[in-house]
Amino acid sequence: MLSREEVLKLAKMARIALSDAEVEKFQKNLDAVLGYVDDLKQVDTSGLEEVSQVTGLINVQRDDKVVVEENREDIFSQAPEMKDGYFKVKAIL
Amino acid sequence: MELEFLELTELRKKLDNKELSSVELTKHFLSRIKNLDKDYNSFVTVTEEEALKNAKEADDFINSPGENPFLCGIPYASKDLFSTKGIRTTASSKILDQFKPAFDATVTKKLKEQKSVLLGKTNLDEFAHGSSTETSAYGPSKNPWDTSRIPGGSSGGSTAAVAAGLTPWATATETGGSIRQPASLCGLSGWKPTYGRVSRYGVIAMASSLDSPGAVANSVVDLAHLAEIMSGQDEKDSTTSPVPVPAYAKNLSADMSGIKIGVPKEYFVDGMEDGVKQRVMEAVKHYEKMGAKIQEVSLPNTKFGSLVYAIVCPSEVSSNLMRFDGIRYGHTTKDAKDLMEVYEKSRAEGFGDEAKRRILTGTYVLSAGYYDAYYKKAQKVRSLIINEFKDVFKQVDVLACPSSPNVAVKIGGAKDNPLFGYIADQLNIPGSLAGLPALSIPCGFGRPSDGETPSLDGLPVGLQIIGPQWGEQIVFNAGFAYQQETDWHLKHPGLA
Repeated sequence: MLSREEVLKLAKMARIALSDAEVEKFQKNLDAVLGYVDDLKQVDTSGLEEVSQVTGLINVQRDDKVVVEENREDIFSQAPEMKDGYFKVKAIL
Repeated sequence: MELEFLELTELRKKLDNKELSSVELTKHFLSRIKNLDKDYNSFVTVTEEEALKNAKEADDFINSPGENPFLCGIPYASKDLFSTKGIRTTASSKILDQFKPAFDATVTKKLKEQKSVLLGKTNLDEFAHGSSTETSAYGPSKNPWDTSRIPGGSSGGSTAAVAAGLTPWATATETGGSIRQPASLCGLSGWKPTYGRVSRYGVIAMASSLDSPGAVANSVVDLAHLAEIMSGQDEKDSTTSPVPVPAYAKNLSADMSGIKIGVPKEYFVDGMEDGVKQRVMEAVKHYEKMGAKIQEVSLPNTKFGSLVYAIVCPSEVSSNLMRFDGIRYGHTTKDAKDLMEVYEKSRAEGFGDEAKRRILTGTYVLSAGYYDAYYKKAQKVRSLIINEFKDVFKQVDVLACPSSPNVAVKIGGAKDNPLFGYIADQLNIPGSLAGLPALSIPCGFGRPSDGETPSLDGLPVGLQIIGPQWGEQIVFNAGFAYQQETDWHLKHPGLA
């Protein structure tokens, strides 16, 4: 089973604060999932390439053309906090 | 007048003949939603005002000279994963509870161009993570055939709404079973497109290499029409294909003579309910009577599909959900002292259990030291599964098998079971990994293994038809042929 520290490290990387009860639950849950996928090890994949997409398309590009989208206000209206036309965040330093 | 289960072609005729106005039709469905949806919880948001306005505009269009687009004035519901400009789009997650997109998904845009009438947004598992709608932040939807049971998922709000006659059809999405499984459990026709056939633009992402927007409706003819409208290359989704979109509906053929149908033996898994197996084998026999050539085939790596998915899906989920930062849109915490806490607490408060579980799983299998053993290995086995399908489609035209190992289970089964979805969708996932088109169509009723039958002979069973990449036409033909000969798709739950 994953240790408490391992789960906390994952949570840190994933930027999710976890309660103690959640840490314990996800230790067990991740163990269940990793146990479930363990049989993949027995599959012979020698000589096979890994696949990341199935379309067969390569390097799709669109025309380098300026398109004007007038949706600045609509986008900003969804932000929790704005100031002077900028997204507002907490102090970083 | 029973309008709620009419096929789209029938509604089209009635609207064109002026037998019925779009406003009347829209009001009919809005009032059904108002009166009945408390029992099904299939809608997250009902857009009554916009719907009536759009229906009026559709009527004006119909009353002016010229031909009407196929969906003009016909109401529909959209899975709450499709962005709808200015209309709340939640993905059934608290993190997007008040989110109003600044743009339409390409599918939404295409349906608007048709002058379709959006009735509202349907419930789903949070971010489509699940197979029962039980992970929704807004509570589970209920199966109209038995409201103590799940409608399946993740598109369970869409299938519950269509099955209960609250909308003539609904959009849905699949990543690994999320259209076929709920369509099967609710006794509907569901279409999972070839990956890259329908644009993903504006559909809130789950696992980008698998996500396939599609539809659920009352018949395969409806789906063929919808597929024509929803499909096509989109410059906003670089994985959409330039392969031309055939006139699926016009080309429909019920002639099954000489069509080779493969029955993959690995799809009749241990633990499958007898009723499911029997109904599917009866359907296969039906095809034989229609002149199709039936042959048993083997896809030996089927059992590894869900295992590959249990790695690939959370990996892509963990990456896609990193965009929720509590700053640009969506839920933000009220309780943070610095930027890191804004991220960590906004995400902790906004995401539900299953989303967190998948994010953490994905983060683990993608992290240094584990990437090769898990992610890379899974993507190699995925190659094996794709090759296996390619070989089998050299022997047969389509595959016929069950859509789900069981009929609808009781609500509560998914709770605290991190493997529920991977097992529920084991017969859908391999095809998804290969990006193949498929249908689930009703083929009768089976008794649930918990023994409690609500009424009738049990609950709906779904026949799954899988085709080769871009092979929508043959899949639709096979579904159409079956529905010409049978009336399972015309059965509806006895509603209160």
